[in-house]
Amino acid sequence: MRRPKRERFLDGMLHWVGLGATLFGLLVLTVLLVDVSLDGLPRLSWDFLTSYPSRRPEQAGILSALVGSLWLLSLTALIAFPLGVGAAIYLEEYAGRTKWSRWVEINVANLAAVPSIIYGLLGLEIFVRALFAVTNGRSVLSGALTMSLLVLPVIVLASREAIHSVPNSVREAAYALGGTRWQVVRDHVLPLAFPGILTGTILALSRAIGETAPLITIGALTYIAFLPPLSLEGLRTPFTVLPIQIFNWISRPQKGFHVNAAAGILVLLAVLFLMNATAIYLRYRSQRRLEL
Amino acid sequence: MNLATQGTPVGEPYVVEPSEPVAVEVQALSVWYRSFQALADVSFSIPRHRITAVIGPSGCGKSTFIRCLNRMNDLIPEFRMTGDIRLEGARIYEMDPTEVRRRVGMVFQKPNPFPKSIWENIAWGLRINGRRHDLAESVERALRRAALWDEVKDKLHMPATSLSGGQQQRLCIARVLAVEPEVLLLDEPTSSLDPIATARIEDLLIELKDRYTIVIVTHNIQQAARISDYAAFFYLGRLIEFQKTEDLFTRPRCSMTEAYITGRFG
Ligand SMILES: Nc1ncnc2c1ncn2[C@@H]1O[C@H](COP(=O)(O)OP(=O)(O)O)[C@@H](O)[C@H]1O
Ligand SMILES: [Mg+2]
Repeated sequence: MRRPKRERFLDGMLHWVGLGATLFGLLVLTVLLVDVSLDGLPRLSWDFLTSYPSRRPEQAGILSALVGSLWLLSLTALIAFPLGVGAAIYLEEYAGRTKWSRWVEINVANLAAVPSIIYGLLGLEIFVRALFAVTNGRSVLSGALTMSLLVLPVIVLASREAIHSVPNSVREAAYALGGTRWQVVRDHVLPLAFPGILTGTILALSRAIGETAPLITIGALTYIAFLPPLSLEGLRTPFTVLPIQIFNWISRPQKGFHVNAAAGILVLLAVLFLMNATAIYLRYRSQRRLEL
Repeated sequence: MNLATQGTPVGEPYVVEPSEPVAVEVQALSVWYRSFQALADVSFSIPRHRITAVIGPSGCGKSTFIRCLNRMNDLIPEFRMTGDIRLEGARIYEMDPTEVRRRVGMVFQKPNPFPKSIWENIAWGLRINGRRHDLAESVERALRRAALWDEVKDKLHMPATSLSGGQQQRLCIARVLAVEPEVLLLDEPTSSLDPIATARIEDLLIELKDRYTIVIVTHNIQQAARISDYAAFFYLGRLIEFQKTEDLFTRPRCSMTEAYITGRFG
């Protein structure tokens, strides 16, 4: 009986290799976090969060980049969420399994894999140049529209997945009571799919918050010394975001800016962490509600 | 595959026209899923306020048949049919499907309550059918008719999934009754239930037949004999025999029917 012994050996090996891989990932992450924290934590202060960028590193702050990121994120969510969920509902519940829906499906999947810089070029051509009259060029609106293109396929895919996993028996029961398609989707399919849709959307958005390439392409600035007014006109003002500010600081020669960059990274990580925590919390809540 | 090539016994079916008022008339119904023919030339009349059992070996088209009666098959893209089904004289395939489904309710093989509260399970059908005014009374009436009220009246806001399998199936029946259909279709409603829960549902159906026309698919021949007034025997997509249950079980006219009810195949 040699085989079982060998299998057991392989099994044990796999266990240790797997554990090693996991620990390695965790280790790298910890080293990074510790390193960044050592550099950046001392710099984090209320002043740092509420100051505009400056030529002097000890006076520079992250306010405009933080607000810019949050602005961009909310706008992107506002644009991409209804479009993405709408497309997913259409593809799953209305289009049926036709050639057309399969064609759309394949292309959406392809879009999700397109490098982000391509979206930047598209955004530059369409939103910054062609739609200048609406967006006023290199504005936060152009940025949000570009980011929406970027996250849309991911939201569509995640939402479809979530809608698809709603058991058919629920749809059958609802249709059998005389429900129209929209009534069935609105009252049964969407509520059940909602946690999945939400998680997918927030994960897509957390990808967007770390993106730099497309925003540089469409010409986000690095030096913004004002906050956009909270109005429609504010949508048409120039902007910057956290990763661009961080990148800008790192590329400066002075040591002081490198410390600022580390502190900026901590702020970015905190935003990401908050978003993911929100996703988990909302998921937990809607699941509890559904159990009722 | 085509039925003609399956070596079906293509004798004339033995179909009795009921001598009482008819609720649903099926005329020359044939069904295909893509190129596969699942039903061939089915014609018979379902009497009003009686229990009609649909029996036959699995895969013979029983589910396909009753899903035609409330147009549930419309949801299957590869479904295609010819023939005619009339509900109280009106062609259902010319009516609005949601209207058909409200008038012809359906209970499925596996209990499928909505993952919501017991109350919500009943109230949803009422709400979408524009019956919001006397919601509380309607919910209670439906639960009473399904003989479930006493068991759930103190926990209407508990999740429906916390009920036992038999209770869930009676909740599904109550949910259908709430929208006051004329016809009640049941597709093997007790096949996942224990004998006691099954007996409760059978008793309930017998009570309900005063008000509703009931069509029940069952692969349990004893169940058909116990509760139905009429029985239709299907085999390989064809209706072989339809007549009063008593006659079908004591004097089957077709050898296939006899073989099936005596347990020689199935
Ligand atoms: N959606 C479908 N697509 C293709 N074939 C189907 C579909 N539903 C049922 N069938 C086929 O039609 C035949 C009848 O099925 P069904 O009506 O479910 O039988 P029963 O309920 O008597 O067991 C079976 O051969 C089954 O494989
Ligand atoms: Mg069946």
